[in-house]
Amino acid sequence: MNNHVFRPLYLALAIVALVFLARYLLVPKDFGAHERGYMYGWHRKGNENEWKAVTVKYKTSAYCKECHDDKVAGISSSSHRFIACENCHGPALGHPEDPMKLNVDTRRELCLRCHAFLPYPSSGRSAIRGIDPEVHYPGKQCSMCHNPHNPRIPTSRS
Amino acid sequence: MNRREFLKNSITVIAGLAVPLSALEFINPKELLADKPGGEKVRWIFLVDTQKCVGCGLCVMACKAENELPYDADVSRTWVERYVVTRDGNTLIDSPKEGRDGYTSQKITMGDGTSRNVRPEDIEKAFFVPKLCNQCENPACVQVCPLGATYQTQDGVVLVDRKMCMGCGYCIMACPYAARFFHPVYRTAEKCTFCYHRITKGMKTACVDACSFDARRIGNLRDPNDPVTKTIMSGRIGVLREEYGTKPQVYYLGLSREVK
Repeated sequence: MNNHVFRPLYLALAIVALVFLARYLLVPKDFGAHERGYMYGWHRKGNENEWKAVTVKYKTSAYCKECHDDKVAGISSSSHRFIACENCHGPALGHPEDPMKLNVDTRRELCLRCHAFLPYPSSGRSAIRGIDPEVHYPGKQCSMCHNPHNPRIPTSRS
Repeated sequence: MNRREFLKNSITVIAGLAVPLSALEFINPKELLADKPGGEKVRWIFLVDTQKCVGCGLCVMACKAENELPYDADVSRTWVERYVVTRDGNTLIDSPKEGRDGYTSQKITMGDGTSRNVRPEDIEKAFFVPKLCNQCENPACVQVCPLGATYQTQDGVVLVDRKMCMGCGYCIMACPYAARFFHPVYRTAEKCTFCYHRITKGMKTACVDACSFDARRIGNLRDPNDPVTKTIMSGRIGVLREEYGTKPQVYYLGLSREVK
């Protein structure tokens, strides 16, 4: 058969080969349909480990207890015992090496998250002792009178 | 068409319509609980108790720090919504800053930038609903991804591959729960991962650890002794937008019909 018939065919085959070569070079080796099949599991397997490798910032109260068991024991009899240490003291990150000291959030706004009174009958919120922030010593830090680790007894009232 | 043909065709059509009835079965945790031979031993699930949530927003604060999201960006992997249903039948919903700073005022922020104060005697019911990715068994967001950048792991968590994602936003449109958004730094699709780096190490998610009221709990549906699994199997639970057929795996206690 004549050459002019085959020439476009060769060109088409070359383009197909080029597409396959590009696919071979560009698509990661671990990319494919994994456990959940083509519809939901079509992905790069290595990405799962990338997500697993994210650093843990909040180390939980159990981690704090390893060194600060006296503080944990102090709060354990108060109504605040359910609150995780890191909610007020901030994420432990690499503490005690980095950062060496954690900054306690002593802002009034932190306490008001739970203790600003809201008249919501069908929520657990209304069961918490609350105040009206605009009437109850506005602008003052709560910890001036209340000890966050033992909130029931007001301390050093002047 | 004669009478015989008409009847024949009618019966065929009715029979055809009857077949997909099995597809109308939406929520069946038992189906997932079943230990398939050679299957995975873990299927992560979540339980939210809206009766217990007080709207402190500490979960949102912890999530943002744990998952490296800019603190002041108006996006979050988890958020808390406030529902106030008034006696005259209005439902007011707000979630300022995704609930990051908690709810410290009775003023409800409206969509137009104004705020509204509802008098306590006008409130019929009011409550908080924490929300996060439902880690659906049939995730619509994964089906629409043209790149294989988002996928479901064997233990049921839907993740996004930031290297593959090109930011087309199909998945953000496909999610019925508005759980996805663009990451303000990476410019790729972003979503809750159930703190995959924590749960795979035997820890709980950051939001569960931050919750003082047990309103959020994480569990393994394939473990029949897991307390969360027990609650889901025996308790009065609900899921969000069941009718979408995505089989969401975040279960809710104390849902109200106003919650969507």
